[in-house]
Amino acid sequence: MSSMIKPRTWERFFWPLIAAALLLALWHYSVVWTATKVFPSPMSVEKGIVELFHKHVLWADIEDSLRRVAIGFGLAVVIGVPLGLSLGWYPSANQVVNPVIQIVRPISPIAWIPVAIIFFGVGDRAAIFLVFLGSFFPILVACVSGVSSVPPIFRSAGRNFGLSTPQLLARVVFPAALPQILIGARLALGIAWLVVVAGEMIAVDSGLGYLVIDSRNSGKRYDLVVAAMLMIGVIGLTLDFCFRRLEKIKSVRWGFRDAS
Amino acid sequence: MRFPRWLRPALFIAALLAIWEIAVDFHPGQILPGPVSVAGGIVDLLQHGLLLKYVVASLFRVTWGFVLAAVLAIPIGLTLGWYRRGEMAFNPLVQIFRPISPLAWIPIAILWFGVGDLAAIFLIFVGCFFPLLLTAMSAVHNIPDVYINAGRNFGLSPSAFVSRVLYPAVIPQLLVGLRITLGVAWLVVVAAEMISVNSGLGFLIVDARNAGNRYDLVIAGMVIIGAIGLLLDIGMRSLEQIKSFRWRYSEG
Amino acid sequence: MSQTQEVVPGIKSAPKLQAEHLGVVYDRDGQSMPVLDDINLQVSDGEFICLVGPSGCGKSTLLNAMAGFLSPASGSVAIDGETVTGPDPRRILVFQERGVFPWLTVEGNIGFGLSKLPRAEREQRIAHYVKTVRLEGFENSYPSDLSGGMKQRLQVARALAVNPDILFLDEPFGALDSITRVIMRGELLRIWQAERRTILFVTHDIDEAVQLADRVVVLSSRPARIQDVLTIDIAHPRNISSPRYLELRDELLKQIGLAYEI
Repeated sequence: MSSMIKPRTWERFFWPLIAAALLLALWHYSVVWTATKVFPSPMSVEKGIVELFHKHVLWADIEDSLRRVAIGFGLAVVIGVPLGLSLGWYPSANQVVNPVIQIVRPISPIAWIPVAIIFFGVGDRAAIFLVFLGSFFPILVACVSGVSSVPPIFRSAGRNFGLSTPQLLARVVFPAALPQILIGARLALGIAWLVVVAGEMIAVDSGLGYLVIDSRNSGKRYDLVVAAMLMIGVIGLTLDFCFRRLEKIKSVRWGFRDAS
Repeated sequence: MRFPRWLRPALFIAALLAIWEIAVDFHPGQILPGPVSVAGGIVDLLQHGLLLKYVVASLFRVTWGFVLAAVLAIPIGLTLGWYRRGEMAFNPLVQIFRPISPLAWIPIAILWFGVGDLAAIFLIFVGCFFPLLLTAMSAVHNIPDVYINAGRNFGLSPSAFVSRVLYPAVIPQLLVGLRITLGVAWLVVVAAEMISVNSGLGFLIVDARNAGNRYDLVIAGMVIIGAIGLLLDIGMRSLEQIKSFRWRYSEG
Repeated sequence: MSQTQEVVPGIKSAPKLQAEHLGVVYDRDGQSMPVLDDINLQVSDGEFICLVGPSGCGKSTLLNAMAGFLSPASGSVAIDGETVTGPDPRRILVFQERGVFPWLTVEGNIGFGLSKLPRAEREQRIAHYVKTVRLEGFENSYPSDLSGGMKQRLQVARALAVNPDILFLDEPFGALDSITRVIMRGELLRIWQAERRTILFVTHDIDEAVQLADRVVVLSSRPARIQDVLTIDIAHPRNISSPRYLELRDELLKQIGLAYEI
């Protein structure tokens, strides 16, 4: 922006590496300088990652976390999208249901844990339920607002070509609302990832979240704690990245003004 | 017949509550309480003065964590967003930190701050800092070039430019980001309190269950959490409505 | 010179479109505002009719009512003897802008109304209309890759592909620059002469009306009535410097002026 000279392509890799190197150096030297006995240095974290990989525990945990996200998020999509499209299409229905949604939405999925445990016991299903709760509302809201921002001109044109209401919803309203739905879905996926880790720390005994807590509780292995945290960050980023690629598909790209 | 607009949703909610109550009454051995006992639980808390105390405790932590994060993240984010290279350097790092649930920081938080208020505030800070940083960076990006060029054209000094062009231009988007992040902060405080402190609404939920299976209090806590979260959101939205901030929305 | 009339003698007796005592009313905040008042119009098969009038007089409203998007408060519209009760693929409306579906390619848009056809026929028709509107080479492009004029051509192609009886166009060239507008007029005339469909065309551009129409219907300001109907009796291609053209144009300007004063 203020630097009017266009940065060259190699700079895209250069600067992040510098920043990362800076951070690592800062980390390393603050560990050395404070002579902390507990907080891990970058090297020990790296060793920790290797250790986790070799123990095969890591793969099982990653798989568990991803699986819960997949099922919970999938359910949220399967239920949330049709419901959201219907509510968006029939504003009178939305007017009735919306207040309930607005009240339930700000309740953190974490606060639902005791209820989840009552219904599902401690374990997989409780985690999936929490993920579902976390993803459901952003998707629902995005669908409703996506439908209402479909320009009336598209609806008129669809009707003009003789489409019935279900056809109209499927062939015009849904594609027109899709960019916004995708934004909501990407947000929901991010939340799902946060929730699954949090849920695993409290209510389940496997998964990456559990790994974080367990590494500390059974042996104060902070190197593993940080290693697990980094894994969480990287996987979360990868999920987000994959989703963004969906947004680039030409059939949807028109809806994103900032087509970068 | 003309019904007031709130009648139908209110009836719907009443119907849901009725179904809930009936479902509970039909299962006498059920642990889950009905709406009536939840209401009783809320009254209970009020009578013991706990409700106010817990709400204040939670709000206190949220405010500290949120404000600290905003005060740091926004200027840094605006600066990074302005200097392309700065952003190129730090964006990947931020992107890696952002998906790490604040709760995953708990062991580190406890290590650095021990169990207590500070740890909870730290968690909220972490949960708000990265999203706000990204919001600020993206807000700078979205300033239309025309404004920047106009500001340059009129020969504004750097500080005048910041206060008269940059700041007004980014405020609408910052407000939206602040509102969303406040919601996140509220989510995090509840989780943080469940683990590391002994007051606040999150603690209420955990404690009510552990010390006597008072599920009516658990759900009462949930309801209050939802209500306050909603109020916070409405409060922020009304900030967005203030005329001098609304220019952005009329642009369509 | 100008003829105030409702039925053109000498043309087929059964009109393609007939509006009788058509009235449309807008309800806003509990108050009803009449927009169209006692519109009587007959359009013959294959005619090109332009609707002109002061801004906001209700030209688009009339078009929407005739296409079935608005219910009349009084009177009726009949097409081929059948009363119009809603939108129908037999009468397609082309909008001023943003009418094409951005998530479909050119082919996808043109084929939108053709889903009931067998595949071979559908593809053939799409190819035909791609050629008709001269969008060859862009079959797989998305609207975001097309210019404004191309998008309007795409809309026309999409409309024509379903073989409608009547084409309604609501200021279709209004959002285009003046040079593109001139080109598009030529294109539209070419297509009309080839396919001979009935066209109702709303415009605020007087030159456009005189260049394109068989007859020009002048609407008064709100509540709109038909103030006058001019017959443009110049053969195509029309010379825009010919005395007759200028005469008709002046007459039309006068009528519009009157419409503004009333």
